[in-house]
Amino acid sequence: MVKEGVLKEIKDRLSEKILKVYEKSPRRAYIDLKPADIPPAASFIFRDLKARFITASGVDTPEHIEILYHFVFDRLGKIISLRTRLNRKNPEIESLTSIIRGAEWIEREIHELLGVNFRNHPNLKKLLMAEDWPENKYPLRRDYRG
Amino acid sequence: MAKTIIPIGPYHPLQEEPEFFRLHVEGEKVVDLDIELGYNHRGIEKLAESKTYDQIIFLVERICGICSTSHPIASVQAIEDIGGIAVPERALYIRSLIGELERIHSHLLWLGLAGHFIGYNTVWMWAWRYREPILDIFEQISGNRNHYAMMKVGGVRRDIEESDIPAIEKAVDDLVPVLDMFKGVVIDDPVIHARTKGIGILTKKDIYNYGALGPTARASGVAIDVRRDHPHAAYGLVEWNVITQEEGDVFAKLVVRVLEMYESVKIIKQCLKRLKKVKGEIDAKVKEIPPGEGIGHYEAPRGEVFHYVRSDGTNRPVRYKVRAPSYMNVPTNKTSVVGGTVSDATIILAAVDPCYCCTERTTAIDRNSGKKTLTGEDLIRLSQEKTKKVARELGLPLEGKLKAY
Amino acid sequence: MGIKLKALTKSPWVFHLSTGSCNNCDIEILDLLTPRFDLERFGILLVGSIRHADVLLVTGVVTRKVAPRLKRLYEQAPKPCLVVAIGSCALGQGIFKGSYNAPQPVDRYIPVDAYIPGCPPKPEAMIMGIVKLLNKLKGK
Repeated sequence: MVKEGVLKEIKDRLSEKILKVYEKSPRRAYIDLKPADIPPAASFIFRDLKARFITASGVDTPEHIEILYHFVFDRLGKIISLRTRLNRKNPEIESLTSIIRGAEWIEREIHELLGVNFRNHPNLKKLLMAEDWPENKYPLRRDYRG
Repeated sequence: MAKTIIPIGPYHPLQEEPEFFRLHVEGEKVVDLDIELGYNHRGIEKLAESKTYDQIIFLVERICGICSTSHPIASVQAIEDIGGIAVPERALYIRSLIGELERIHSHLLWLGLAGHFIGYNTVWMWAWRYREPILDIFEQISGNRNHYAMMKVGGVRRDIEESDIPAIEKAVDDLVPVLDMFKGVVIDDPVIHARTKGIGILTKKDIYNYGALGPTARASGVAIDVRRDHPHAAYGLVEWNVITQEEGDVFAKLVVRVLEMYESVKIIKQCLKRLKKVKGEIDAKVKEIPPGEGIGHYEAPRGEVFHYVRSDGTNRPVRYKVRAPSYMNVPTNKTSVVGGTVSDATIILAAVDPCYCCTERTTAIDRNSGKKTLTGEDLIRLSQEKTKKVARELGLPLEGKLKAY
Repeated sequence: MGIKLKALTKSPWVFHLSTGSCNNCDIEILDLLTPRFDLERFGILLVGSIRHADVLLVTGVVTRKVAPRLKRLYEQAPKPCLVVAIGSCALGQGIFKGSYNAPQPVDRYIPVDAYIPGCPPKPEAMIMGIVKLLNKLKGK
């Protein structure tokens, strides 16, 4: 597999599902997808292309809540991030835990800090915050006030 | 048999994530493990949004006191990735030098604590004693034993003075016989074999599924090392090897860490040699960070540190995401501890090196206590007999080894 | 000075509690026990349970989850119990001031007898802090 090969393979496989591809540099690429397309895309990258799952980052923007799933191809030194945008009113997405075991904690973290609901997550309870932390108060949201 | 719960913690100051382990046991056997986090959650990601890029380096330095240069290196690389900033060559060597010195002190620290956790306090005292010269070097270079504040977006904050180089060289040279000693004493010690071999095994598949990193992955034969795979700092410019072991047990993790220190010594010596030749700027003098997003990662002593930064063109980020290696390594405990015995649990939990540096431990109940009072001589004699017995059982040559050290 | 406090100054046993720190103060406390500093020769012993301790060493910013446990541990300590806050975080939350998960520093929860500043304080500074505290108790 050459460096361009991986990205091309992903592009071919996901072709019409891809909303946008942004190649920031030879080592960094960002692929925008719809929320519903994330599980099959992650499964393809993780299981078939044997990428390593780094983590997911949740970002609150004025219009959406974005989630970036970062995958790395160690041998190629390339990081590919799948980006998806969720509705801010009712952010919800399918959990990846059944595909990637290492995604369990990060999904719990995004759930409690950003209020994203992960469907079919096996254990979606508090990870970091205290037991008496109020519900519906998400510290990483823009509108959070102490 | 009735299930019992043994709580471990919560006061284990483990990196930024101290944890509370609930061991579910049936007799001596561990059948399940609950991990609870959050005692040490300081909200660093949110705090970073209110700090400028210069301040952030100091903030991320304080994520973890042991990886206190790994987070800043990942952080400056993430910020440099936004603007595509090139770093002067001399600064690259200094980054690697500091990073490797830190790796040595961190691995020695872990080695000591691992000894402590299997009740082998001699290893603890020795390892920590030999860690001190490394901290002295840090004090000489940066003025502080920990939290060196050497990194800066676009370079490094302080130069390595020509006059400091002999002292660093001497400290590193003095370390090699110490490492030889540890290799001999620790790796060939029958007691350590008996306590760490064949327990807490992680297979390649486990590593892959959990996304485990660093020495934990390399001890299971998964050769991932950010330093080699994504050359940054000076790692692409010097010669060194990635250490792997195949077994995946606690002993393999021990071996990987001890051997990795030799590689660190190798890298440090080459960096020092180049620092004598490569002169010039140590700072790219970055004025502003353009809008965009950047990713930086670095191989910390425990595995890959990952930072994601999003900038809107002001002097503060709009989102700062940090992923520490233990975040991926600690969940593997669920696989490695379950099925083992309670007595092995502490060392298995410590094997991923979650900065296990504490007075808290499992309440160990000595079933033989109250039987008989032994004098000091009795205990020494008994321990010698046990060592010999274990050595015989494992078929290890013992006589020469004990004499040599 | 009561007899209990007098006895305490001879050989203070310490219990160490991290309430959300970066680990560095904790490592430096452990460092005090290892060969270079070796505080055990002065009778200062790190113990595994608060019920055996005379001195409580507190590091860290006191996160929300730890706060009730900090209070409970202080209540469990046999009195008189001296409290030493170690490091910038324990003193005034240091760089973590303003975090949503760390509302107040240590001395808002429990009474603190000595403050040792630094990030992290050097082992020598910690020794000096403890010695000053003991001297004060002895009335020197």
